[in-house]
Amino acid sequence: MSSNAARTLTFNVFRHNPRDSATPPRVVAYSLEETPGMTLFIALTRIRETLDPSLSFDFVCRAGVCGSCAMVVNGRPGLACRTLTAQLPAEIRLFPLPGFELIADLSVNTGKWMRGMSERLQAWLHMQEEPDVDALEARMEPAMAEAIYELDRCIECGCCISGCGTAQMRTDFVGAVGMNKIARFRLDPRDARDDADFFDLVGDDTGVFGCMSLLGCHDVCPKQLPLQTQIAYLRRGMARQGLLG
Amino acid sequence: MIPASEKPGPWPARLDLLQSVSGLFLGLFMWLHMLFVSSILLGEEAMWTVARFFEGYFFFGYGLPWLVSLFVAGVFGLFVLHAWLALRKFPAQWRQHRVYWTHMRSLRHEDTTLWFVQVITGFGMFFLAPVHLYLMMTHPELIGPYESADRVWSGMMWPLYLVLLFLVELHGGIGLYRLAVKWGNFSDPASARRKLKRLKWAFTVFFLALGLVTLAAYIKLGIEHAPHVGEPYMPLSSRAAP
Repeated sequence: MSSNAARTLTFNVFRHNPRDSATPPRVVAYSLEETPGMTLFIALTRIRETLDPSLSFDFVCRAGVCGSCAMVVNGRPGLACRTLTAQLPAEIRLFPLPGFELIADLSVNTGKWMRGMSERLQAWLHMQEEPDVDALEARMEPAMAEAIYELDRCIECGCCISGCGTAQMRTDFVGAVGMNKIARFRLDPRDARDDADFFDLVGDDTGVFGCMSLLGCHDVCPKQLPLQTQIAYLRRGMARQGLLG
Repeated sequence: MIPASEKPGPWPARLDLLQSVSGLFLGLFMWLHMLFVSSILLGEEAMWTVARFFEGYFFFGYGLPWLVSLFVAGVFGLFVLHAWLALRKFPAQWRQHRVYWTHMRSLRHEDTTLWFVQVITGFGMFFLAPVHLYLMMTHPELIGPYESADRVWSGMMWPLYLVLLFLVELHGGIGLYRLAVKWGNFSDPASARRKLKRLKWAFTVFFLALGLVTLAAYIKLGIEHAPHVGEPYMPLSSRAAP
């Protein structure tokens, strides 16, 4: 680390608890001395421990795996645990992800939204027959397994929904997370559904044809998922299905 | 299972494709159109030749202006179709306007901002483009070096053309870029997008510059020709020998 004097960071944090009428929506400033290797997770924990125990925010894994700490950092959705304060100016604005139900302060209910989306898109493996748990699994080419795993890396953090102008304007839009799920099951040879089935799920303006290619999702995804490629691929497939049946 | 009444059917797919295809045609046509119009920079005879070429003058030996009317009518139809399809994407309610504006200002993300530029330029074209299209459809014979220059200057069309130039070049350039990232299959999407973005800006700057110089040329010609406003251009071939 450099020997420069540590910066004093100012965190302007959105505060509001919708279930408590005594807490109107407001921004509260907290000052904190920066320490080496400080992430937003560390900073928020320190604020809660030393300055304001009432501050609400979500964390589980602290390693960019669980997706619960997504928030809007200086206007851009991202994972707090993976954001180093060293990469940010001394003035830091923290807001909850828009597009999701606010629990309190920086904590939003992404789970409720994700569950609704998953149920609507039937985002689970539809197998032809009940799997025989005693039999060996069918083999899969490593390249195919890799490709499916690549899309399965989605942690449902909600950044793509908050980074998408379309999803912000149209609350029934499934967003990149939804289209990525369809792309993932479309790829999977174990899934018995074909394009006609997937078309029924995303072949309209709440699905892939609602996407306006703003690519905010692609640019803010903390897992660097290939969303531009996947959405274009899905769009071509669904257009073919819609035109030719 | 999804009940049949909730299945999307083929129309959302068709409309999405139609929006893209009509936009692709209109965007590419506007680039060609600018090249044709800028023929005035090569001289009055060059512009006259281009204008008469599209009337079939060099096939039939005489011009058929209704060919141009027919083509303009087709472009007009496509323009209306594209406008209708694109309207589906516009923010309609106040909540949507507010949400998009807040989102755009907070995210500071180029492609998100460019979409809003498309909304504004598209909205502007609803009103300005039909003026020009109707004139061209009803008076295709008035496309010529003096005829056009008179329309630009004495006909007071230059303010409209000046604004329209920016609307068209911004909207079309962004739209064609968006089509590429919307449908394109790239092995390296990040670098492809960077290159496309650079190409898009290069085209926009080139056509804006060409458009401004061309408009200036028509204005200059229009001012010079103002004393004889309404007199058509006579090609070299038909000027009587002394």
